[in-house]
Amino acid sequence: MTASADLAPSYELVVIGGGPAGLAAAALAARAGVSTVLFDENPGVGGQIYRAITSTPVKDRAILGEDYWDGAKLAEEAKASGALIVNGATVWSLDRQRIVGISIAGKARMIEAGRVIIATGSQERPFPIPGWTLPGVMTAGAAQTALKAQGLVASGRTVLAGGGPLLWLLAAQTLRAGGKIDAILDTMPRRNWLHAMFHLPGFALSPYFGKGMALLKEVRAKVPIHRADTIEAVGADRVREVLFSSGGETRRLPADLLLLHQGVVPNVNLANAAGVAHVWNDRQLCFVPVLDADFGSSVPGIAVAGDGAGIAGGTAAAERGRIAAIAAVRALKPDCIVPDTQAIRQRLQREEMGRSFLDLLNRPVDAFRQPAGNTIVCRCEEVTANQVRDTAKMGCEGPNQMKAFLRCGMGPCQGRLCGLTVAELISAERGATLDEVGYYRLRPPVKPITLAELASLPISEAERKAVER
Amino acid sequence: MFKRLADSSPAVGIIVDGKPVSARAGDTIAAALLAAGIGHCRTTPVTGAPRAPYCLMGVCFDCLVTVDGVGSRQGCLIPVREGMKVETQLGRREAGR
Repeated sequence: MTASADLAPSYELVVIGGGPAGLAAAALAARAGVSTVLFDENPGVGGQIYRAITSTPVKDRAILGEDYWDGAKLAEEAKASGALIVNGATVWSLDRQRIVGISIAGKARMIEAGRVIIATGSQERPFPIPGWTLPGVMTAGAAQTALKAQGLVASGRTVLAGGGPLLWLLAAQTLRAGGKIDAILDTMPRRNWLHAMFHLPGFALSPYFGKGMALLKEVRAKVPIHRADTIEAVGADRVREVLFSSGGETRRLPADLLLLHQGVVPNVNLANAAGVAHVWNDRQLCFVPVLDADFGSSVPGIAVAGDGAGIAGGTAAAERGRIAAIAAVRALKPDCIVPDTQAIRQRLQREEMGRSFLDLLNRPVDAFRQPAGNTIVCRCEEVTANQVRDTAKMGCEGPNQMKAFLRCGMGPCQGRLCGLTVAELISAERGATLDEVGYYRLRPPVKPITLAELASLPISEAERKAVER
Repeated sequence: MFKRLADSSPAVGIIVDGKPVSARAGDTIAAALLAAGIGHCRTTPVTGAPRAPYCLMGVCFDCLVTVDGVGSRQGCLIPVREGMKVETQLGRREAGR
């Protein structure tokens, strides 16, 4: 295992994140002859979609599905490429000079990078319903992670709620693994079909069409599906039941586990802290980085590839990683031989086809994105929707000012679980666009590190004297 | 909440709040706590409410635990190790503590 002290002071290319985009980028660049290091905070590579691809205890390939096992090839290629792959490595800082702050096993280092590819992917969209902080309420992605990495399958009374491809995939994987799902609460309104239909031809040609239809059929045959306009998790010390209403009628389901999901959004924290410009994407209802055709950001030398560049899925993420890596190699070493991007761009286009359909069909309704009443918005600091709405009405113009009033976004998750909700609530209350409202201004360290880790940074004689003077 | 599929990974013994818990090689701390049916892993600093792992992918920070005496560690990112001491992280400070 690579220790902090084993790292070189600089690398031509630093790739952050070991999912499909990061693995593909690192493999391509290293093979072309660029000194490449890939940092990933998880115990193994694969990111979320190919989580634990080299170590999963789930040996029956049918459970996770063939798409999951595609990740093995990416992991092998990256390993064979000569790129240095470091797991258990937390990147907590990146600045405009491309100095990367990294911590491995409690020891920190600052590494210089010629170019940086941020491949930190996506996270699940916040799903702020009453009771979503209770133990026993988790994301669908969490249950999928536990299945892939540890072979844990949901047991007891299990309810899934929300919508989007991952929810249905997790349902199918859980059933195949012998788990039981008591109900799925579908929160995606039927009228979404009207908007999505215009984009059906594109989706019908994409590889996701057949897979999606088969998945829905597989799950619907075994699990009762209910429509839900409101959902509430109820319990004192943990979730005991799920309340949901549809057409004015409220029903109760006993539950030990409630798994929520309403799509994924780019994980913007590191790029935002590095100063990368972001804009609101109204189709995907999230902030995305401003990028050129090679996924280069507004900060010279820093690219954002994969779902962090806007949601397009795992296969597209790998192609994006390759395009970003080719641009990096060309900038660093123009004499190196790299593949032609045209074929890669064509494959990417095919993957992205049908994304509009999926985005519109799975567009979460306002009520599940812009909560009201005492529903917690900021899980860390326990700030409610009413508090955010009232403060916006008082004249608070944006998320950064909201921090000063309420501390929302200032807990350990640094706004990851409330940033979009707070921005949307301010926008709704003030009638301002999301670009006007903006997002939290994030600063390093984007992950918590101890003072001891900071103190462990190597320091030169000159630096020591400069401090003591 | 969760059960293990038949799996032959070797057992790894950890200590949770002073009590022995059997985990498996390949578990993160958060996964081991979920598999052992432990109800919550921390309480919040504001109201003292119980919390358990929520996202298992390093973004929500609800799986924060004290590991070998160091607080605020993300349980979902740290693999279990034989003899590791994990403690519930108490958020709300009481006067005099």
